[in-house]
Amino acid sequence: MKKSMIAYPYLVWMIIFILVPLLLIVFYGFTKTTDQGIVFTLDHFKRFFEPIYIMVLLRSLYLALICTVICLLLGYPLSLILASKEYRHKRVLVLLVVIPMWMNFLLRTYAWLTLLEKNGVINTFISFFGLPKMELLYNQGAVVLGMVYNFLPFMVLPIYSVLIKIDKSIIEAAEDLGADSKTIFGKIILPLSLPGIVSGITMVYMPAVTTFVISRLLGGGQFTLIGNLIEQQFVYTGEWGFGSALSIVMMILILFSMAIMSRYEKEREGGGLF
Amino acid sequence: MRFLKRFYLGLIFLFLYAPILILMVFSFNDSKSRGNWGGFTLRWYAELFRDREIMSALYYTIVIAILSALIATAIGMVAALGIHNMNRFGKGLVINITYLPMLNPDIVTGISLMILFVFVNMERGFISLLIAHITFNIPYVIFSIMPKLKQMNQHLYEAALDLGATPFYAFRKVILPEIMPGVITGLIFAFTLSIDDFVISYFTTGAGVSNLSIVIHSMARRGINPTINALSTLMFITVLLLLIIVNKRTANNSGKENVI
Amino acid sequence: MKQKLNAKLSLLVIVFTLLVLLLTACGQSDRVTLKVFNWGDYMDTSIIADFEKEYNIKVIYSTFATNEDMYVSLKSGGNSYDVAFPSDYMISRMINEDMLHTIDMNNIPNYKYIDDKFKNLPFDSNNEYSVPYLWGTLGIVYNKTMVDDPVDSWEILWNEKYSKQILMLDSQRDSIGITLKMLGYSMNTKEEDQLEEAKQKLIEQKPLVLAYVGDEVKDKMVGGEAALAVVWSGDAVAMKWENPDLEYVIPKEGSNLWFDSAVIPKSSKHKKEAEMFINYLSEPEVAFRNTDYIGYSTPNKETMGMLDQELIEDSTAYPSDAEIENCEVFEDLSDTLQIYDRIWTEIKSS
Repeated sequence: MKKSMIAYPYLVWMIIFILVPLLLIVFYGFTKTTDQGIVFTLDHFKRFFEPIYIMVLLRSLYLALICTVICLLLGYPLSLILASKEYRHKRVLVLLVVIPMWMNFLLRTYAWLTLLEKNGVINTFISFFGLPKMELLYNQGAVVLGMVYNFLPFMVLPIYSVLIKIDKSIIEAAEDLGADSKTIFGKIILPLSLPGIVSGITMVYMPAVTTFVISRLLGGGQFTLIGNLIEQQFVYTGEWGFGSALSIVMMILILFSMAIMSRYEKEREGGGLF
Repeated sequence: MRFLKRFYLGLIFLFLYAPILILMVFSFNDSKSRGNWGGFTLRWYAELFRDREIMSALYYTIVIAILSALIATAIGMVAALGIHNMNRFGKGLVINITYLPMLNPDIVTGISLMILFVFVNMERGFISLLIAHITFNIPYVIFSIMPKLKQMNQHLYEAALDLGATPFYAFRKVILPEIMPGVITGLIFAFTLSIDDFVISYFTTGAGVSNLSIVIHSMARRGINPTINALSTLMFITVLLLLIIVNKRTANNSGKENVI
Repeated sequence: MKQKLNAKLSLLVIVFTLLVLLLTACGQSDRVTLKVFNWGDYMDTSIIADFEKEYNIKVIYSTFATNEDMYVSLKSGGNSYDVAFPSDYMISRMINEDMLHTIDMNNIPNYKYIDDKFKNLPFDSNNEYSVPYLWGTLGIVYNKTMVDDPVDSWEILWNEKYSKQILMLDSQRDSIGITLKMLGYSMNTKEEDQLEEAKQKLIEQKPLVLAYVGDEVKDKMVGGEAALAVVWSGDAVAMKWENPDLEYVIPKEGSNLWFDSAVIPKSSKHKKEAEMFINYLSEPEVAFRNTDYIGYSTPNKETMGMLDQELIEDSTAYPSDAEIENCEVFEDLSDTLQIYDRIWTEIKSS
């Protein structure tokens, strides 16, 4: 029996609820309504190729990249600590990392305003010690902070779930053979956790490119991101064609970068378990 | 070294929970404004239970989150297994399509699903909302389970078959335990995404079926009513309590290696 | 094993609850059900309960975040809201696109309580499609202790003295609109060169702006985070109450006068009941409860008579005719919105 056949129920679902809507978007992106009816057009795509819109896209990709890197740098050690054998209550701890995400997003972001404002909690605390108040809000740093806050659990969970299933006996064998912790980490743990890392990067980077509420609230709306732009087209200006074109361009770019990354992953997988 | 780990853990948790503490504190604020502390009060908690709209939204939020998470995990788990065994081309194609709900802005997913429902003349309501949530949850489940499948020793399954196990038995006893952390991760992801979704939910639901996110985002123009803070505080405490209870009960199974 | 049992049990409970819900939902088909679509936190919910009791009509209350969200939801079809509360320019658009039922004013006897100056509004000049619900103006709120110059013109928002102390609205029409007013143009202009001028002015202003904000502007001003902000009058009333250092003014160049009105979407199947509901809202007592809870200004003459003397005399909530002489109501801009959007993106990206 072909084992891949069990994926068929999902494939049906996928076709109906992912592909068909995608085709609708493609339809809107490549057509426009004129007096002669609906015609094929590349106008929406041409509109995109103006420096201002390209800058918007690049800025979004850039911020998402920074956010992903920081999430990785902060999240990987966290996953390591949680997965290490010292903690009996690791299940609880992992859930505790996720639970803040169950509180409403707007509420949490407003709470960050209370923390970071000029007269906010942090500044009040600092000025208590006579230090000058800092401008913690309405800059790129605040936006990245907000994004990392929002996406960190998405990086931690996949990495953690891979780390705890690493065969302990391999590590023991390495220790017996005289390897020190650095080598064990670099040669065994890190490579074996790579699938988790790739997963985590995927789950953070993709949604991060299209977020915009965080930049609006914590960045003071100082800049438009691709998410803002697309939303504005669909809801505000009614330019579904342009909005669809923007989405398609973005889709292609991200899928492309994912393809490059999976190429990289395949090369490293060479001497893996199978 | 041990101290360093504890310190780092503490720092991270401080970072994660500082805003939660703030929003809890403000649920007792006798002033509607975040910029002013008006004194301690419990009136928002009282008002909360009188608010029919919020209670109904809470109900739907939880039901949809649990249902869509469970269903998405079931579909996603089976899908991940199938995809894992596909040939390179099929795998690549399906994976890339599966990426789409993750990388598309919510507005695009929401509106395109809305158009789909209108197209097939389906009245928007609970079912359409559920379908939408399942749709954006499945990719996260699949991508949580895939790394576990890659990590797993492929020969174990074949060995089990050779020893006389039926495919289903081999799945239950060999594959499932190996991928369980991924399944749980996917379930948690799905639940988390579902519970806080606004845009997609707004465009795929119908009158009378609302969720907390929609209620809260709809307050965008007026400012969020502190009853929402009260609700969030209660939800948080409930979840913490549940966590403690579940942990105490399953601590009785100590000795058995943790699945996650 | 135990975990699996727990999981199965929880699943059973959920499915059971779901069935119960579906059954109860199918039960109530004897009463008429009215679907109301409103802004979040924009109605005293006890009014809904009272209406249900008095008229034996069930009300399903749903909320939206912006006019545009409401529009997309209604335009796409597949739902049948009976009463909605869009703003002025959106009502214009909906009338133009034939999305509204005409309202039979004979069924709305309480319409007589609406002040005459709120009838024959530009977006519904024959009073056929809407009944005013709440209204207000757009203006500058400033902190008396942080601003020592007289505040009477939009120009103060371009004053370098207040660099990084200024909060602007993250709303295209509002921010571009006030700039146009400052330059002496109409807020509803479609002239590209006028819009370009406004764009330049806003780009000039950007370094002075602390942030482009949404509703959080209220909490920020109350908390003393900035000296000047652009806000709506209804919010200003609440803000002044929370922080007495704040003052509200409508600049002399004029500003925006806004209305949120009740309408009946074409998709409604219960026009009569919808009219009953709208009529109920205009009952002086009911309108009073609403304006009291929400804090925005009521268009209901009788209700105004019930308000605190102090509130009536507060020009923030109830400005004189002279003050709103230069104020314009937003019109639907249709295609020109594209230009606004582009300009706004350029301003934000500069």
